Amino acid sequence: MNIHEYQAKALLAEYNIPVPAGSACMSPDDCTAAAKKLGGDLWVVKAQIHAGGRGKAGGVKVASSIEEVSQHAHSIQGMNLISKQTGPQGHIVKRLLVEEAVDIARELYVGMLVDRSRQQIALLASTEGGTEIEEVAAATPEKILTAYAISANSANGFNQNDLTFIAEKLGLSGPTKTQAIELFNTLLQLFIEKDASLVEINPLVITPAGDIIALDAKMNFDDNALYRHPEINDLNDPDEQDPDEIEAAKYDLSYIPLDGNIGCMVNGAGLAMATMDIIKLYGSEPANFLDVGGGATVEKVTNAFQLMLKNPHIKAILVNIFGGIMRCDIIAEGLITAARDIHLSIPLVVRLEGTNAKQGKKLLADSGLSIIAADDMADAAKKAVDAAEGQS
Amino acid sequence: MSILIDKNTRVLTQGITGKTGQFHTHHSAAYANGKRAYVAGVTPGKGGQEFEGIPVFNTVIEARKETGANVSVIYVPPPFAAAAIDEAVNAGIELVICITEGIPVLDMVRTRYKMKNFSTLLIGPNCPGVITPDEIKIGIMPGHIHKKGSIGVVSRSGTLTYEAVDQLTKLGLGQSSCIGIGGDPVNGMKHLDVMKQFNDDPETEAVVMVGEIGGSDEEECAIWVKENMTKPVVGFIAGITAPAGRRMGHAGAIISGGKGTAAEKIRIMEECGITVTKNPAEMGITLKKLLS
Repeated sequence: MNIHEYQAKALLAEYNIPVPAGSACMSPDDCTAAAKKLGGDLWVVKAQIHAGGRGKAGGVKVASSIEEVSQHAHSIQGMNLISKQTGPQGHIVKRLLVEEAVDIARELYVGMLVDRSRQQIALLASTEGGTEIEEVAAATPEKILTAYAISANSANGFNQNDLTFIAEKLGLSGPTKTQAIELFNTLLQLFIEKDASLVEINPLVITPAGDIIALDAKMNFDDNALYRHPEINDLNDPDEQDPDEIEAAKYDLSYIPLDGNIGCMVNGAGLAMATMDIIKLYGSEPANFLDVGGGATVEKVTNAFQLMLKNPHIKAILVNIFGGIMRCDIIAEGLITAARDIHLSIPLVVRLEGTNAKQGKKLLADSGLSIIAADDMADAAKKAVDAAEGQS
Repeated sequence: MSILIDKNTRVLTQGITGKTGQFHTHHSAAYANGKRAYVAGVTPGKGGQEFEGIPVFNTVIEARKETGANVSVIYVPPPFAAAAIDEAVNAGIELVICITEGIPVLDMVRTRYKMKNFSTLLIGPNCPGVITPDEIKIGIMPGHIHKKGSIGVVSRSGTLTYEAVDQLTKLGLGQSSCIGIGGDPVNGMKHLDVMKQFNDDPETEAVVMVGEIGGSDEEECAIWVKENMTKPVVGFIAGITAPAGRRMGHAGAIISGGKGTAAEKIRIMEECGITVTKNPAEMGITLKKLLS
């Protein structure tokens, strides 16, 4: 689960990590009031959406008067922000953050994530603040400094010598170095206590006075651990999620809409991806990823069909089920009931394999519905592509 | 021969009194030598009960002592599953197969760290399990699609593994062992670890390796294969059409920072001499052609 920058900064502040003074706003009026309350003579108005690349897309602006804060707030709120991360369709900005401007001497990068190969928590730091870490990794991997930990206690925490080395490599000394090392340790504590999967402070600013401030913050959390973090779950902003994905989650379906015109409903994530791939291989594009999981009940199948049919580009549906423990005859009954109930009007290609596949296929054939039966995955993909072409 | 498990394996089910644990213990015990293989169950506080003639114990250590179980399969709910792995490891179980999906990643980081001092092997979590056809089935896979033979199968997925197995069986190519290593980002045995065992297993003649987007396990395995593998390997990677930055069902199936794409994995696997098919319907036939 992702959260907004202002929420991430509030969490950092909870752990005594310095962030700029600021407040989250829902309207331009909120923004001017916040700027007045903050005082000073320079402010930053920032679009709050989950995608990055906001600055280049015009979602972050500096204001030197209250009038300018108002102007920027008006131009940013409601804008369709298009960045590399939002994709070409962009994302509407609803929430804003107004902050005091910060004097910047240097910009560093600090990140934390789970290193899958090492199976440890990794701290990443670099002098190249403000740049995407992926770009630094590709161009100058030697500039990324790392340390590893398992837990926040001293035995399995970061090796403090590693942290000193990193701070010095970042060009820090004196009290700034001490502040940075403390930040690395505190960030680890936050990461573990909140079950984060990614924390990024980019940039971490060094002020002319030698203090460190987290100028931007991005956090992701482990969905599997949200059950023990209601306080993180509460930070969820439904405006940042696809409404169809929210609905899918209610029915325990794993659903991701895509650009193609063949809807697919599959049991199992790997087989679902492979089904998307084979649709492409046979000359078309998948309209979605949809994993119905282990129990394809009538209710689940009906909901899955309805979700896919919301896509105006959909021309055909391919159902690919490998019934293991799940019996194919039961699945066939579910498909027939669902197709009848929603008066399915686009071609439905069904491939059933596994336990009781024969009985399942017979039920489909006898149903009186114009279901196109397929013998295997390749046959199913070919038939779905042909059927979709026949519709256009 | 086979890898990891055979007819002499003795299994205990952790979480045997839960609905999932009972369902799959019942089906696994009904497969091949299952009646002799499934010797114990563990659920804290339910010691002394029985499930279909299988005695239930409070702790793994007790179950192991009383029954000689050397492998554990875990169906414990996610909040308690990492602790269940820890318990099995501490009790000296040789192989732990964790089926549970949805374990917090940092729980697995801690569990994997604790395992460093033990020789216990871990398969999963979030996996279908392990089967050695006609001998023993430990997990949730449908036993009847398998056939005894000499092809090793290793995969991060569940139903996609069944798809591969089904294709092999229909072509008359039986399997030595089929290993589902699971779809989580932090797990036990990787493709590489399983591949080494298949290479050392005299009964395995060739391997089908099924991977998916995310991480770098397949690449690391491919590099090892290039230098060390003496048997032919066929590969398939799911997710060539998957968008970047989105989790495709499995917690570990995500392209992040441009890394872990299907195209990159396929490129490296091919460079390392693995015969990769881009058609998931042709995993079996690709291997058959390679063998003839």
